[in-house]
Amino acid sequence: MSASDAFRARVAKAVADRRVVQAVHLATWRKVSARQAGFALLRNAEELRDLASQIKQHTLENLPQYLEQFVTQVRRVGGQIHWAKDAAAARAIICDLARGYASHLAVKVKSMTTEEVDLNHALEAIGVRVVETDLGEFIVQIDHDRPSHIVTPIIHKDRRQIAAAMAREIGCEYTEDPTELTKLARRYLRDIFRRCDLGISGVNFGVAETGTICLCTNEGNGRMSTTRPRVHIALMGIEKVIPRMRDLAVFLKLLSRSSTGQPMGSYTTLITGPKRPADPDGPERLHVVLLDNGRADILRGPFAEVLKCIRCGACLNACPVYRNIGGHAYNSVYPGPIGSLVTPLLNADRRHDDLPRASSLCGACYVACPVKINIPDLLVKLRAATRARQPWGKRAALRAWCWAMCSASTYRQGQRLMRTFLPDDGEGWTTRGVGPLGEWTATRDLPRPPSKSFRQLWEEGLADER
Amino acid sequence: MNVALFVTCLTDTFFPRVGTAVVHVLRHFGCHVEFPTEQTCCGQPAYNSGFHAEAAVLARRMIEVFEPYETVVSPSASCATMVRHHFPTLLAADPRWHLAAQRLAGRTFEFATFLRDRLAVDLGACLWFDEPVTFHYPCHARDIYGVDGLQSWLAQVPHIDLRVPEHADLCCGFGGVFAVEHAPISTAMVHDKLEGLAATGARLVLCNEGGCTMQIAGAARRRGLPLRFKHIAECLAESLGLLEPEP
Repeated sequence: MSASDAFRARVAKAVADRRVVQAVHLATWRKVSARQAGFALLRNAEELRDLASQIKQHTLENLPQYLEQFVTQVRRVGGQIHWAKDAAAARAIICDLARGYASHLAVKVKSMTTEEVDLNHALEAIGVRVVETDLGEFIVQIDHDRPSHIVTPIIHKDRRQIAAAMAREIGCEYTEDPTELTKLARRYLRDIFRRCDLGISGVNFGVAETGTICLCTNEGNGRMSTTRPRVHIALMGIEKVIPRMRDLAVFLKLLSRSSTGQPMGSYTTLITGPKRPADPDGPERLHVVLLDNGRADILRGPFAEVLKCIRCGACLNACPVYRNIGGHAYNSVYPGPIGSLVTPLLNADRRHDDLPRASSLCGACYVACPVKINIPDLLVKLRAATRARQPWGKRAALRAWCWAMCSASTYRQGQRLMRTFLPDDGEGWTTRGVGPLGEWTATRDLPRPPSKSFRQLWEEGLADER
Repeated sequence: MNVALFVTCLTDTFFPRVGTAVVHVLRHFGCHVEFPTEQTCCGQPAYNSGFHAEAAVLARRMIEVFEPYETVVSPSASCATMVRHHFPTLLAADPRWHLAAQRLAGRTFEFATFLRDRLAVDLGACLWFDEPVTFHYPCHARDIYGVDGLQSWLAQVPHIDLRVPEHADLCCGFGGVFAVEHAPISTAMVHDKLEGLAATGARLVLCNEGGCTMQIAGAARRRGLPLRFKHIAECLAESLGLLEPEP
């Protein structure tokens, strides 16, 4: 099966799954309203988005300088820095550290970057048990599933599935009550937190000025996972660095608001180095692993703007395509509009060529983006960059069509052909077509061209009427 | 005012009545309308598909065809957006063409915004509906219509029973080539759109975009929904007695 057929098969399955489609519709619309309500409370939302976009732009343009400053500051406060060229290097570095600390039980804060490098499997393979501590991510893990949203990993699940997974995997009594389920998970995770020896997190923002890493969570698990274990390893994409602490304030105003509509997340954790002698708690060792994995290449190319993304998920929630196919159809850690850019860019092969094309370019993502990434324009640009890999028939058809449009007489012949070849159901509609047209008429009727085009009407008298 | 009509290939072929209505309404408001018959398509399908060299050929052709005209008006929001926003980007590499593209962009208008912003038409005095009406905004016109679309302008019409659909700015799923290339997604999207429109209870849908109309009307007919679709130009022409009302 070709990559394109595989994508189409996933889409066909996704749109037919009414349960998931309904769950995703409900959740995304709820988040869209929450985001709009959250932004309505800001007096200067547009200015704030512009500022955030400019800060990211400036940082990306001077990335080596800010990374160097960040690295220097992390070291100064006692943290250790590791550079990972790609996913394999990141896994190797973190596995080596885990081995070195003789770790058996690692707790994880939800992190898309660790998903990107597929860290959990690598750790399990060397005998380290990894437990996800974000509730959604925990449920994904115990149900042997994959996240389908970058902020709300179980957006595709309903409470019955969650209840079944909890009863099966942690041996509790079956209940569908969300409060009860949360309490059960909490009790289970408390025991894990008591016994864990390694904490692993991503990084929402790395502040160059101070060497601070910032984690934004809603459940407090981020703080538990980075204070309780002796060692904290943070995996950070190189694009996550921002210049100053005061810039962080701008992003904190936007991140949760864009994600869930909250003015700020429940827990904003700022970590500047490991435990100091006078500190009552905190890890003895802090390791920051800086991940490239294709980002430096993106930065040098025409799609650098995608690196502004702060992974708020607002574009997923706003997207009518995501709403109907859910996250799994994208077959990527990063689904939705931003995923349709980032996935093919991070994996520069033909596997994901369909993603940028599976969009009506409606721009709802652009309207929602807190850092104003022009996603629809970038999708078109990415389509252009991969056009040579499009099927021969499509390329030929588009070229032929352009050729026909280059003269008014071939254009008119095209109009006549259409009138001849679009079958009439007797009421001026086409209900059964063949070829690409059949794709349309499988689910929609197509209006037939009336007997005279506008230009005929114009020439036959409209031009002279007054 | 002299106005050249850029009718667009979809309107020309599938919705000639809209083109006729535009001509009548522009004349009613004192414009002298010309129709450069050499015009074909603006190249949007090629542009959106990433076939930019081909789209650039059509863009340059279109610039030449409309070169003699001081004002260009189009009944299609998305084709107007193609000219206004994408032509200059598409032709950015060649300074001469880039300048020409910017000049055309600056004098090309979508029909409804042209009436509102350039002719300052008082809708209240020339448009009426004898039934509830709802509407669909073409997404690609978001920036030319402004943040609230045409809603506040329509609200000036006295006694209008304007039924604002839930999620008014939701895409209909047309997207040009996308509608056939990824038909199952496109279909799921139009069903969401129809749900919102049908829930308003109105049977008349205002839609100023031929592509969206094909998509939504086609899906509505397949589903047996009794919705009718009209361009604002048709409604104006009927209200002003310039066109026979269509049932």
